[in-house]
Amino acid sequence: MLTKIAGVCGVLIATAAMAQSAVRAQTLYTMDGEPITDGVVVINAEGKITAVGPAASTPIPDRITVHECAFAMPGLIDVRSTAGLSGMYNVDHDQDVLETSSPIQPELRAFDAYNPREPLVGYLRSFGVTTVHTGHAPGKLITGQTVIVKTRGDTIDDAVVTPDFAVTATLGSSATEGGGKSPGTRGKQISMLREELFKAQAYARKHSGASTADEAEEEGEDGEEKKDKSPPARDLKLEALASVLAGDTPLIITANKMQDIASALRLGDEFGITVWIDSAAEGHLMAEELAAAGNPVLLRPAMGRYVGEAANGTLETAKIFTEAGVTFGMQTGYEAYVPKVRVILFEAGVAVGLGGLDQEAAMRLITITAASILGLEDRVGSIAVGKDGDIAMYDGDPFEYTTHCVGTLIEGAFFPGEQDYVIGYPGAGGPMQR
Amino acid sequence: MVLHNARIIPIDGPEIERGHVVMQDGKIRLVGSGPAPIADDVTSIDCEGKVVMPGLVDTHSHIGGFGGADGSGPIQPGVRIRDSLNVLSSGFKRALSGGLTTINVMPGSGHLSSGQTAYLKLRYGGDVKTIDDVTIFDADGEPTGGLKMANGTNSQRASEGAFPGTRGRSAFLVREKFIKAQEYQVKLAKAEDDPDKAPARDLDMETLVEVLEGKRVVHHHTHRHDDIITVMRLAKEFGFRVVLHHVSDGWLVADEIAEAGVGVSAILVDSPGGKHEAVGLRFETPGILERAGVQTVVHTDDWIVDSRLFMRMAAFAVRGGMTREGALRAITLTGAELLDLDERIGSLTVGKDADVVVLSGDPLSVYTVVEQTWVEGELAFDRSSDEDRLFAVGGYGAANDTEPYFCCYDAEVQAAETGGAK
Repeated sequence: MLTKIAGVCGVLIATAAMAQSAVRAQTLYTMDGEPITDGVVVINAEGKITAVGPAASTPIPDRITVHECAFAMPGLIDVRSTAGLSGMYNVDHDQDVLETSSPIQPELRAFDAYNPREPLVGYLRSFGVTTVHTGHAPGKLITGQTVIVKTRGDTIDDAVVTPDFAVTATLGSSATEGGGKSPGTRGKQISMLREELFKAQAYARKHSGASTADEAEEEGEDGEEKKDKSPPARDLKLEALASVLAGDTPLIITANKMQDIASALRLGDEFGITVWIDSAAEGHLMAEELAAAGNPVLLRPAMGRYVGEAANGTLETAKIFTEAGVTFGMQTGYEAYVPKVRVILFEAGVAVGLGGLDQEAAMRLITITAASILGLEDRVGSIAVGKDGDIAMYDGDPFEYTTHCVGTLIEGAFFPGEQDYVIGYPGAGGPMQR
Repeated sequence: MVLHNARIIPIDGPEIERGHVVMQDGKIRLVGSGPAPIADDVTSIDCEGKVVMPGLVDTHSHIGGFGGADGSGPIQPGVRIRDSLNVLSSGFKRALSGGLTTINVMPGSGHLSSGQTAYLKLRYGGDVKTIDDVTIFDADGEPTGGLKMANGTNSQRASEGAFPGTRGRSAFLVREKFIKAQEYQVKLAKAEDDPDKAPARDLDMETLVEVLEGKRVVHHHTHRHDDIITVMRLAKEFGFRVVLHHVSDGWLVADEIAEAGVGVSAILVDSPGGKHEAVGLRFETPGILERAGVQTVVHTDDWIVDSRLFMRMAAFAVRGGMTREGALRAITLTGAELLDLDERIGSLTVGKDADVVVLSGDPLSVYTVVEQTWVEGELAFDRSSDEDRLFAVGGYGAANDTEPYFCCYDAEVQAAETGGAK
């Protein structure tokens, strides 16, 4: 039996040159050049794209699975979500979005909290979302470190793309404390952040000083001095902030009101750190400043409610940012209630429809632009030879309300589309009848 | 006023490829195909390339900064939402920009009954200053509205005094109150018109008697399949008319709903869950109910879903398998039927109120925007006006002037919704 299987594999390899699957789409948006009519993508056994082009000139190897659809594009990328930490049931058991024990906890890693089997992660995948930058929700001054995942896998190790990608912070009313606790005001928020960053500077200095001492020790200097300069005890909090100060890790600051956006940019300048503005409900009023600052803005979802700090927000921010030359990505963010996760496909669609954003610009924002912001442009975000075989397949224009996602490929592996992804309901007694 | 050269979706008949709608004195005077009869002294708008359809009817909204029942008890049918609304709320203008012209504004679901709802016309600006200016009155001059009720976890607040902690107690409290109302009804009948024999006036009882007599429809929040069945059981026991609202699990009990002959006002949100009762929510529900023969509409529950995205929800019902006709009817005429207002609104029918929307394209397309909303022949929203456009897209000054209400959740999460997690 074993021999027989090996024999079959041999045939496949001989005829398919490692090819594992292919997509054939009436319209293929590669996001790497013009759209292709009747396009073909070939993906090998390692999940990498080996060929892309018009069907006429791109042969599909024999005896491999071919997924046919009306429309295909690169798997969608969400530049900021809380998926996998913010579960469907919305009970303590599935909510790991915010540690409330103290206001400053950059040492918390989303990596240690992400639940790859959360039903809503699969739900996102059923609409074509393949890569998600996720982490803690806004709500405390410094909330933790984010993680970038693919929307597949049974463990975080299967899912992870980039661990500890960024440190996240929050300014404004959602991160102020009551009852005499700090920070109780916007002013106090910034003073606390500055103090913490100064501490981290000192910590980093001690560590670098210590390593100089280590080198000196090797040269045979006396033990007394070595003791003085031995590295300080590791402090995970300050280590995370030192990484921000070193420029290795962006500090993503949730800021909606104009004054909070300005404060976040000012903080970046003072410490020479990479600050990304997150959410930016009033960002449309500061498009010039954000363009000049140059770092990416992770724009709140178009359908995020325009209440509280977002009351002055507009559906047109993505369009305004595009025109002003702001580098930005589109995110789904965090929802306390419903919809418990948002779908980046839907948010981009509304930014186009009601928000006036150019359709192709929106497609770029949720694919190649997002990949570039997340430092993954060599791996995902477009359909090109050598990149991951992450493909979203639809039965029409992906933004149209009545279109369906008919399947999603992640590194060549097929996952069902929205109509075939039914979240199990206790007592429902089987799949729903449509 | 004549809107001509438009694709007309009258709802009560087939779509007209190129036709016209004539409005006069707040009513629809003519709907037809081909060139419009335009006299010299008549204002007309060329709607070349546009779509004209009836103003949208939202059977479940929370805009206007309402205050219904308070924390003093779980059943307060005597409380009227019409005594609390701010008619100049920016929410009304935002709803107009989404093409809505008639809404059922309701108190919340944190009570078994949180009070009387109000059926409103979104007249706006100018002379509109009081609740009466936006109220839809019936033939007797009484304000129209239903009664809000709820079951399931939202109204189970055992820690708060008189509130129930379980489904069993929830149903018991409702039955107990309705039995009292039946007794009150008997006393009223016995007294006939003699004020000396009549029982003391009791606003809760009077309202429930209206419900028992079928004059006031119950709008019942309910999600879980067994809660849906419970609502229909109580409706049968007391003979009240009911519309089932939200029905996350409606697809599990579609045949039972059809058999009971009650209407459904469903909600679709972009993902299931957010609470245990709503994990069964599916885009397929309206289509499944439609095929089972249930009178089915969708609603915004604004701010749960922004009123500007109401047409989107009809489109998502189609995405889930509802027919195009059913989905367009679900945001117009079927909604009017569930509010007992179908004689007056919900379709482009001669003699009905001139509530009309002009769209840039097909109502079910993501690329379509509302260009104009007419309420009783008056232009109430015009996207080409900067002032109105602010409400359609947002921006500085479009700020909501009232605290948002998120149907069905506790204060802690509600606070978090306006910022981050707590």
